[in-house]
Amino acid sequence: MSQSVISAQGINKIYNPDTTEQVVALQNIDLDIRAGEFVSLIGPSGCGKSTLLRLIADLLTPSSGTLTVNGKDPHQARVDQDYGMVFQSATLLEWRTVQKNVELPLEIMKYSPSERRARAQDVLKLVELEKFGNHYPWQLSGGMQQRVAIARALAFQPSLLLMDEPFGALDEFTRERMNLELLRIWQETHTTIIFVTHSIPEGVFLSNRVVVMSPRPGRITSVIDIDLPYPRTFETREDPRYFAKVTEVRELLRDAHAL
Amino acid sequence: MAEIVSNGTRIKNLRSRLNYYLPTIVIAIAVVVVWEVAVQVFNIREFILPRPTAILAEFLSQLQMAVTPGQQSILFEAARATLWSAFGGFIIGCGAGILVALATARWTIISEAMMPFAIAANSVPIIAFAPIMNNWFGITNPASKMAIVAIIVFFPAMINTVRGLTLIDPRQLELMNSYAASPFKILRALRIPNALPFIFSALRVASSLSVIGAVVSEFFGGPRATLGVYITQEASGFNFTRAWAAILVASIIGILFYNIILLLERRLMPWYAAQRQSN
Repeated sequence: MSQSVISAQGINKIYNPDTTEQVVALQNIDLDIRAGEFVSLIGPSGCGKSTLLRLIADLLTPSSGTLTVNGKDPHQARVDQDYGMVFQSATLLEWRTVQKNVELPLEIMKYSPSERRARAQDVLKLVELEKFGNHYPWQLSGGMQQRVAIARALAFQPSLLLMDEPFGALDEFTRERMNLELLRIWQETHTTIIFVTHSIPEGVFLSNRVVVMSPRPGRITSVIDIDLPYPRTFETREDPRYFAKVTEVRELLRDAHAL
Repeated sequence: MAEIVSNGTRIKNLRSRLNYYLPTIVIAIAVVVVWEVAVQVFNIREFILPRPTAILAEFLSQLQMAVTPGQQSILFEAARATLWSAFGGFIIGCGAGILVALATARWTIISEAMMPFAIAANSVPIIAFAPIMNNWFGITNPASKMAIVAIIVFFPAMINTVRGLTLIDPRQLELMNSYAASPFKILRALRIPNALPFIFSALRVASSLSVIGAVVSEFFGGPRATLGVYITQEASGFNFTRAWAAILVASIIGILFYNIILLLERRLMPWYAAQRQSN
């Protein structure tokens, strides 16, 4: 149960090392994430939260330190397709229908065509878009496109979901609805989720734990347990304990910034 | 019910398309009418500018000859020969351009090294090589015209394909990498579909260029039954109406060719045409 999905020790990431444009994106990151957790990385832009997510995804490699994903080297975890990723923009392939977009990872992983169809239908049902399989991405709203991206990431049932500000481009109403939907999906699929955001209320509302980061150099300043009960609903947002946590995170972010 | 609605929208679509093209049609008719009237009123001599109705009459009489069994129309034979040169050169040049781009896209260094040469070659007036090609392949051999057309269309086809294969949204590439997709899968599922709009815009340009290239290279000599030779001979023989009718035929070939590509584009990229229309 408390098996480590992500284990990071002393991670440093330096862009353009040994040049005048050297940037220390991450400094001395220690982080442990257990199976089934919902963890948010929160902080102002430039704090390295997206960089940390990309290190876990093996889209970037750390300059030093040790990092394991599912007990493996991140490269091996990527090759084994251990995680699904959702980006800030839906990043759908515009020449594919919704159904075919969701089938893309399954195609790469060589599932049979009938299996692909069945699984794509299943995850589209999960995000309540089963009627839009034959639409092209441009025919959908931003929120719907992002739901397709989530369905695509879930299609091959990865045990780990990496989300990089997935709702950052959405309006407040859509965003709050998507938050509820994501929590429902998380509870139905028992996936571990690492969620990058710069919205304090969003991070607190969704997560078991909030990792507070600060910029220049990017580092973890504190980790807050959010001990609000699940399932969380619209009412949770009016709970005094929720407000208290939001305030706590906000103050920690301010302190981190003042450092 | 659904059918009635779709019928209604179809009529609406037709009407909105008619409205869209109406100004173009009006201007086209106006130009022809002004031309016709001006020739008559100012008494413009036929060798300067024939009346459009005279050109049309010549065209129709040639057409009638072409479709009557036992009779021949040199004009339409010429059209067929020129079309063949343009089409053959188009296929060879565009095919080679796309293949070279595909082959080199795998090695970005090679395609990047080739691009400046391709862009420079693209601005060379390739038509100037027409006499050389006549020398190489023989003046009456259609291969000499095809070669010119092929070289002319090769560069835009290659340049655009390379661009389409390499100008990829970095986020889409990141997505493919997150799935640990193989380079071949990335080529097939991302690079090639991404390149299709670029390739088709090159094919559209190439379709016009190929007819121009064929006709102009025929100006440098060729068999009697080709549009370029036909136009030069009729013009030097003071049969200007005939020359103009041949120009009309060349224009029709060019427009036809262009529209075939457009049709193919809509067929192969349904997502693209609809998306552009909705924007």
